[in-house]
Amino acid sequence: MTTTLTKPPTPEDAPTKRQGAKAGRAGGHMHAGPIAYIILALFTIGSLFPLVWTAIAASRDNNRLAQTPPPFWFGGGLFDKLELAWDNANMGEAMVNTTLVAGTSAITIVLLSTIAGFAFAKLRFRGRGALLLIVIGTMMVPPQLMIIPLYMVVAELGWTDQLQAVILPSLVNAFGVFFMRQYLVQALPDEVIEAARVDGASSWRVVWHVVFPAARPAMAVLGMLMFVQTWNDFLWPFLVLTQTGSPTVQVAVAGLGRGFTPDQSLIMAGALLGTLPLLIVFAIFGKQIVGGIMQGAVKG
Amino acid sequence: MSARHDIAAPPAKEGGAAPARPPATKAPDADKRRRDRLSRRWQRDLRWSPYAFVSPFFLLFLAFGLFPLIYTAWASLHSVELTAPNDMEWVGLRNYTRLLDDEFFWNAAQNTLTIGIISTVPQLLMAMGLAHILNYKLRASTFYRVAMLAPYATSIAAASLVFVLLFGRDYGMINWALNAVGIDNIDWQNDKWPSQFAVSTIVIWRWTGYNTLIYLAAMQAIPQDLYESAALDGASRWRQFIHVTLPSLRPTILFTVVVSTIGATQLFGEPLLFDPNKGASGGPEHEFQTLGLYLYEQGWVNLHLGRASAIAWSMFLILIVIGVINYVISRRLRASS
Repeated sequence: MTTTLTKPPTPEDAPTKRQGAKAGRAGGHMHAGPIAYIILALFTIGSLFPLVWTAIAASRDNNRLAQTPPPFWFGGGLFDKLELAWDNANMGEAMVNTTLVAGTSAITIVLLSTIAGFAFAKLRFRGRGALLLIVIGTMMVPPQLMIIPLYMVVAELGWTDQLQAVILPSLVNAFGVFFMRQYLVQALPDEVIEAARVDGASSWRVVWHVVFPAARPAMAVLGMLMFVQTWNDFLWPFLVLTQTGSPTVQVAVAGLGRGFTPDQSLIMAGALLGTLPLLIVFAIFGKQIVGGIMQGAVKG
Repeated sequence: MSARHDIAAPPAKEGGAAPARPPATKAPDADKRRRDRLSRRWQRDLRWSPYAFVSPFFLLFLAFGLFPLIYTAWASLHSVELTAPNDMEWVGLRNYTRLLDDEFFWNAAQNTLTIGIISTVPQLLMAMGLAHILNYKLRASTFYRVAMLAPYATSIAAASLVFVLLFGRDYGMINWALNAVGIDNIDWQNDKWPSQFAVSTIVIWRWTGYNTLIYLAAMQAIPQDLYESAALDGASRWRQFIHVTLPSLRPTILFTVVVSTIGATQLFGEPLLFDPNKGASGGPEHEFQTLGLYLYEQGWVNLHLGRASAIAWSMFLILIVIGVINYVISRRLRASS
């Protein structure tokens, strides 16, 4: 069995190796030198250090934070402080709220973007080009232009402090439509749609049985990106959820910083709590998220 | 590829002739009617379902995008208080003319511009350099990419609050490090240039990794033979970067510049949370008050929604002007090359 396994690769291996060596000489596929590794190490430390230091500061008390030199290593109070921040900022409720908001938004955006992206990528209809231009144009409009009337509408409907006030406006997501369109143009062959048509499938059945399966990888990436974005959204939730009823995590964290003598270490504990869920997601799905962002970049 | 596309297209154009079995001439009348009805439904489906598929987005856009846009323009021509949003008094262009004489508006515009420049330019340059390094063959390349993306996963609120501590005047780590090399304490939260630098640092920290990945993706899409022929012509690595990499990246660079410009114009959370007095004034003397923050102060602290709307539309107009300039420059560049 071992012989059959080792034998076949040898003749195929030689040419691929030679090709690899040839590509290695040119441009972007050279091996990195030590300087490159040093620069990367510096930037990696720079990226991670503020996060690690958030945990260090949260593990120390305020007196220690008001001394020089600042602490460089963990103290013993991390879990006490996390618990205190959890209670003070009503973090349990905030987490549930934010998960609800980010989850609902992400799922809805992904579904709406996929069917709209499919229509723009694969169906022919009058006004397709113009409508797609409008979609791209809406990406340019700053959110500050929206908040004043939206705030009035929300106040009029009595939605202040209610989660739908945060969810509904976040569903307008041109990026998602564009992202799915770019993906489906390439990933979904016209022949597959035609085959389903010949079998007599209606458009909705095509979406359900052909488009959704083909779009699944991109839907997962878009879902994660949208979850992160909605989870971290600050301006709008900060405006409509101010009455301290049911804030999102970001509003709760920002609220810890108020007051004239704020408890710095408590603030850090809150910031850590608000960031931790996403960091865990990134640690697990980091590779897929990186791939998704890069994929969206090339096609966009 | 286009040829294949054309072959696939006709059935759709002809309104779903795809199941084009010639009508059976000998079929009884009832059967024919049934088939006609099916075919009509089929055609209706093909014709209208695209609109059904895009309509949710556009309905939401009408309600939460276009309507607010127009309403903001309308509100900017009125005097409206936040406490009585339905009580509107027509004032014409006065909200705009007042802005022209408003030193705080110009201060905020200037701050937005300078913070925008000192956050965007170094950020994109570093991202470009990092992407170039990441494009080499590396050990543990995924690790660097994920690590650099960690700030992107951090919220504005969390990041700003941490940097407030790191930039603390008396006990902050950055001043401590500067002391170690003989520089006196800098008041990062109250002095104009240091505070703008500090706010920019938060932006740079959060977005450099993301932009790096976008540049890296574009670099990986550059065909390898471009480098090979450049190498054959004797071009050094640096000249390859200048003459092959940069021109190929031009659309991507334009994209990141546009996105960063939009982000910089809207900057709000970072300066709000960096303020030592927890106010919306962007520092005790408006040192780092951005347009987004000034809009918030006018609308939600001073309760002047009309004036806030005028600021919002001014920001939009500024963005349009920047967009046009961007477009002209990129066309020039394309024409010259």
